[in-house]
Amino acid sequence: MCDTCGCNITPGNQHLAFKPVAKGATAVSVLKGLLQKNDDQAAHNREHFDRRGILAINLMSSPGSGKTALLEATLTALKNEFTCAVIEGDLETENDAERIRAKGVQAHQIVTGTACHLDAHLVHDALHHMTLDGVELLFIENVGNLVCPASFDLGQHLNVTLLSVTEGDDKPAKYPVMFRAADAMLLTKTDLLAVLDDFDCDKAEAHLRNLANPAPVMRLSARKKQGMEAWYAWLREQLAAQRARVAVGQSRRPAIQSDGMKYHRVSAS
Amino acid sequence: MHELAVAQALVEQVDAVIDQHHASSATSIRVRIGPLAGVVPELLATAFPLAAVGSRMEYAELEFTHAPIQVHCQTCGAETEAAMNRLLCGACGDWHTQVISGDELLLESVELVMDPPHPSHLALPPQNV
Ligand SMILES: Nc1nc2c(ncn2[C@@H]2O[C@H](COP(=O)(O)OP(=O)(O)OP(=O)(O)O)[C@@H](O)[C@H]2O)c(=O)[nH]1
Ligand SMILES: [Mg+2]
Ligand SMILES: [Zn+2]
Ligand SMILES: [Zn+2]
Ligand SMILES: [Zn+2]
Ligand SMILES: [Zn+2]
Repeated sequence: MCDTCGCNITPGNQHLAFKPVAKGATAVSVLKGLLQKNDDQAAHNREHFDRRGILAINLMSSPGSGKTALLEATLTALKNEFTCAVIEGDLETENDAERIRAKGVQAHQIVTGTACHLDAHLVHDALHHMTLDGVELLFIENVGNLVCPASFDLGQHLNVTLLSVTEGDDKPAKYPVMFRAADAMLLTKTDLLAVLDDFDCDKAEAHLRNLANPAPVMRLSARKKQGMEAWYAWLREQLAAQRARVAVGQSRRPAIQSDGMKYHRVSAS
Repeated sequence: MHELAVAQALVEQVDAVIDQHHASSATSIRVRIGPLAGVVPELLATAFPLAAVGSRMEYAELEFTHAPIQVHCQTCGAETEAAMNRLLCGACGDWHTQVISGDELLLESVELVMDPPHPSHLALPPQNV
């Protein structure tokens, strides 16, 4: 798919500074992101997407919050509108990819074995097994886990974090790293709200704002097809925005990852 | 947990630093981790020896610089400290803030033991035949 991949090349360490400490030992100031190699690979993946005008969306949640069910409903609803493809990440089994293929949509399953999250290299390997020509929307369903996936950039443009109403409305306060990374938060399985008396959608949203996250919050049920229109409208809007960016040679990283460095006044101590 | 993956990334990065400086080993590694980085220092410290086995940093000490969470308020301009799940402005209480410190995950510095110079290289004059 790519001729010179450059996946493993990291930019040179221009900002290396020497300061001798003891005889025979030298202290070297590095100041590089620990996950730089993953981030470089993610940037490379993003180039693949941008070159083809693809919008890539990373879906994250606890196990069983309804990521695959959301995709099944979405792929059916948007079938005649967009060409979609899906990368599925799971610890074991091809089940989720098979559920997607049953909808007539291209799906590649990444079986991570013991790794509880996807990383940029795994996604790149998956891209090499896929036909990306003509694809407009690529969904990456991350491993069900509210902790690790937030730390690994995959090259996606947007993070969508799902919170099902059976999990408790305080999850954004308990997993701030994950929910801070969300470009949209979906409150899923809202058809169950009738039988649950302790999930307050407004509270879940307030917890998200406490993380200084302005992301839209959508309440929906993939099972009962409630609230899905707002989600589809958001997808259309985001795809249009991606096309506008690509037209002027720009890209976008999930909100949380782009903030970081330019505001950091890190200095060697 | 992903701390092992992070530890492996750390070992790769320190390895590259050792190569760049033609050093023989690393004796001390300092990492800066903010609470919002999603990496638990204690778990990373546990995972590091596993990732470093047989490497040129096997006996290196892993040290952490803790970075407090600080937010910049877009409404009133104040810079204040904040808690992990309440990133609100400490001055006016608004949630329209920007995290300016506390989410970093950086390899800050490494202490290296340098290779002894190779006198043989210097002693041999260039050979022109
Ligand atoms: N009542 C209700 N159940 C749902 C809804 N969406 C999903 N479920 C059920 O929740 C369970 C898990 O759904 P999945 O779509 O497999 O969840 P997932 O997030 O993909 O799970 P993992 O990939 O294993 O993390 C299934 O039994 C679904 O039928 C919904 O809108 N309403
Ligand atoms: Mg699934
Ligand atoms: Zn590539
Ligand atoms: Zn490649
Ligand atoms: Zn993980
Ligand atoms: Zn303020």
